[in-house]
Amino acid sequence: MMRSSPWTVRATALAGAFAGCMLTGLAATPAQADGSGSATLDAAVKRGQLLCGMAGQVPGFSLPDSQGVMRGLDADTCRAVTAATLGDAAKVKFVPTTTQNRFTALQSGEVDLLSRSTTWTLGREGNLGLMFAWVNYYDGTGFLVKKSSGVKAAKDMDGATICVQPGTSTELAIADYYRLHNMKFTPILIQDLTEIQGAFLSGRCDAYSTDASALATFRFSQGPKADDLQLLPDIISKEPLGVMVRKGDDKWFDVVRWTFAAMIVAEEKGITQANVDTFMDSKDPDIRRLLGLEGEMGKALGLDPKFAYHVIKAVGNLGEMWDRNITPMGVPRGINNIWTKGGLQYAPPMR
Amino acid sequence: MPATLADPRTSGARKAPKRRMRLSWSDPTFRSIVWQIVIVGLVVGIVWYLVDNTNRNLAARRIATGFGFLGRVAGIPIGESPISYSSASDTYGRALWIGVLNTLKVAGIGIVLATLLGTLVGIGRLSSNWLMARLTGFYVEVIRDIPLLLQLLFWYTMLQGLPVPKQSWRIGDAVFLSNRGIKVPYLIWENAHNWASVALLCGAIGTFVWSRRARAQQEATGLRPAVWPVALGLMGALPLAVWAALGAPMAFELPVLRGFNFQGGGTVSPEYFALLLGLVLYTAGYIAEIVRSGIQAIAIGQWEAAGALGLRRGAILRHIVLPQALRVVIPPMTSQYLNLTKNSSLAVAIGYQDVVSIANTTLNQTGQAVEGIAVIMAVFLTISLSISLFMNWYNARIALVGR
Repeated sequence: MMRSSPWTVRATALAGAFAGCMLTGLAATPAQADGSGSATLDAAVKRGQLLCGMAGQVPGFSLPDSQGVMRGLDADTCRAVTAATLGDAAKVKFVPTTTQNRFTALQSGEVDLLSRSTTWTLGREGNLGLMFAWVNYYDGTGFLVKKSSGVKAAKDMDGATICVQPGTSTELAIADYYRLHNMKFTPILIQDLTEIQGAFLSGRCDAYSTDASALATFRFSQGPKADDLQLLPDIISKEPLGVMVRKGDDKWFDVVRWTFAAMIVAEEKGITQANVDTFMDSKDPDIRRLLGLEGEMGKALGLDPKFAYHVIKAVGNLGEMWDRNITPMGVPRGINNIWTKGGLQYAPPMR
Repeated sequence: MPATLADPRTSGARKAPKRRMRLSWSDPTFRSIVWQIVIVGLVVGIVWYLVDNTNRNLAARRIATGFGFLGRVAGIPIGESPISYSSASDTYGRALWIGVLNTLKVAGIGIVLATLLGTLVGIGRLSSNWLMARLTGFYVEVIRDIPLLLQLLFWYTMLQGLPVPKQSWRIGDAVFLSNRGIKVPYLIWENAHNWASVALLCGAIGTFVWSRRARAQQEATGLRPAVWPVALGLMGALPLAVWAALGAPMAFELPVLRGFNFQGGGTVSPEYFALLLGLVLYTAGYIAEIVRSGIQAIAIGQWEAAGALGLRRGAILRHIVLPQALRVVIPPMTSQYLNLTKNSSLAVAIGYQDVVSIANTTLNQTGQAVEGIAVIMAVFLTISLSISLFMNWYNARIALVGR
């Protein structure tokens, strides 16, 4: 039986008040603000910061350099969207996520944008309440083996042990591939990227499998030992790596999508980070609309009229982003080029 | 609690007179009932609110819900499984069940080994042998002071440092040790082995019955009939005879290096071995201290009295001190068993596919985080409650009975 005393009364009242506060915090209120029409954008503007989810461990995509500055294609994608929305790429806040908590982080609003080499699939778009705004890298699943193993192609790998991260589309792609070719493999599934890479290097696995881009950059990061490793020529799946946003905030989706379109148009027109200012007196109507000199492109998105100018000033065009982050890893651009150069990156007209 | 220790104010003539409850704030019984209703209502309200809020938000964001995914084909690869599994045709439900079995496999064997090692180390710490006492003391201090996760990573890295399959360490053509694990010959199981197992089970039951009879006879006459010849006959000779009568099949499947790895034979994977090793060594450090404290809790007079009767040190420990220490040791031991089971979820870090690892993959592939976490919680709750129930039963059984 409980004895009631003044203390108990006060404690109960306190507990009630505390629970009340917690619940208010938890309750999700779909804010229809009078701002831009996008709750995510308004929150970011109010915060003065864009929260961008990325890996933080993958060379070429997101990895801090020796000064602690986040570098890579995914990191620059975050910067581009930040420059478009807040006018200043430095206002980005990088939030490290793992392959397993990335979707929850975006669903729960812990990040505004997920730029983490995530494959665009029907299952993810259908089940997660999230959607893909653009593809920043057209990739495919590949295999990295040691040259000493003598393996020349994926077909030679019946019975092999393969290191792969759990919860990725890679593990499904490998299972499908082996099933299709009636072969067997033993998976070694470790969540932590450095652990799984260590397991491969120590010989626990015969092959390490993930997106071919990440394999190439991992091989590159091995320095002089890179020559002991071989990337197999087989690419066994389509892995379009995309940038994700929450469903239910279409204006925010538009912002992210058209940030990419702006970078592609800039590359088409030869506008770069260095020369963008020389285009401010351009006669080309496409360029004038892109840079906010005429039309109301920015306003239609709920952004500054010169949003594209800020993006180009901060990270350059799409090609510059590639050259800065991926070219040093020795990966040719291939299908990731813009459409005028035979690639898949095609922007709808900005008008 | 024996009745003699009960508070005299609650029974007999000194009991307070019974009063009817009044519906007034000044009545303590009424007040406490009101408070309990308020608090239960508050808890129910909060839980209901959280569940409802989650459901509404999931629906608003069109995130898939429900446990329907358990029946869908999984497609995820699984490294080691005690039952057959194919990513092409088996469901998420079966994948998670494999995770549960893998967790039980490491926790069950871990508990047995940690208890054995911990008891030996605990006794060793009290040894009069200087070296023994210091070594075990050093072991306990070092093991308890390093986080378990680091120990697991350490053992896993050490096992990865073993030679590759082609240069593996070997014992004849039967046992191979490489960075792919320990490969051992595998007994090809036949029908005769099933019958021999049945015979062994029957023999064990027979031996148990016989020892009960032996005890009854000892209490009645003071003479105890020998148990061991019966045990040897029923549990040794009988299964062997059954096995021999059915043709004595004994064929082993030897591991053979073919292609990338060994084919055939049984495997202890480095992931499982590192996890088991880490959990056993870590938990044994704590169990050793529990056993030591249990032994030291027995009054020194017990040792002296037994010594005066002419018993040797080993006999005193086995027949007098340890049975009494057991009563002190069981409750803290229960929490160590629970700890070991829960710590097995660190398997994720070194790639052993326990239930947490498979549930994590599942929730990531299906996007159903709430359900995935609920599965993990339900599994650990069930395992932990089972351990607790068993240990509480055992504790009650060996408790000192007040007569």
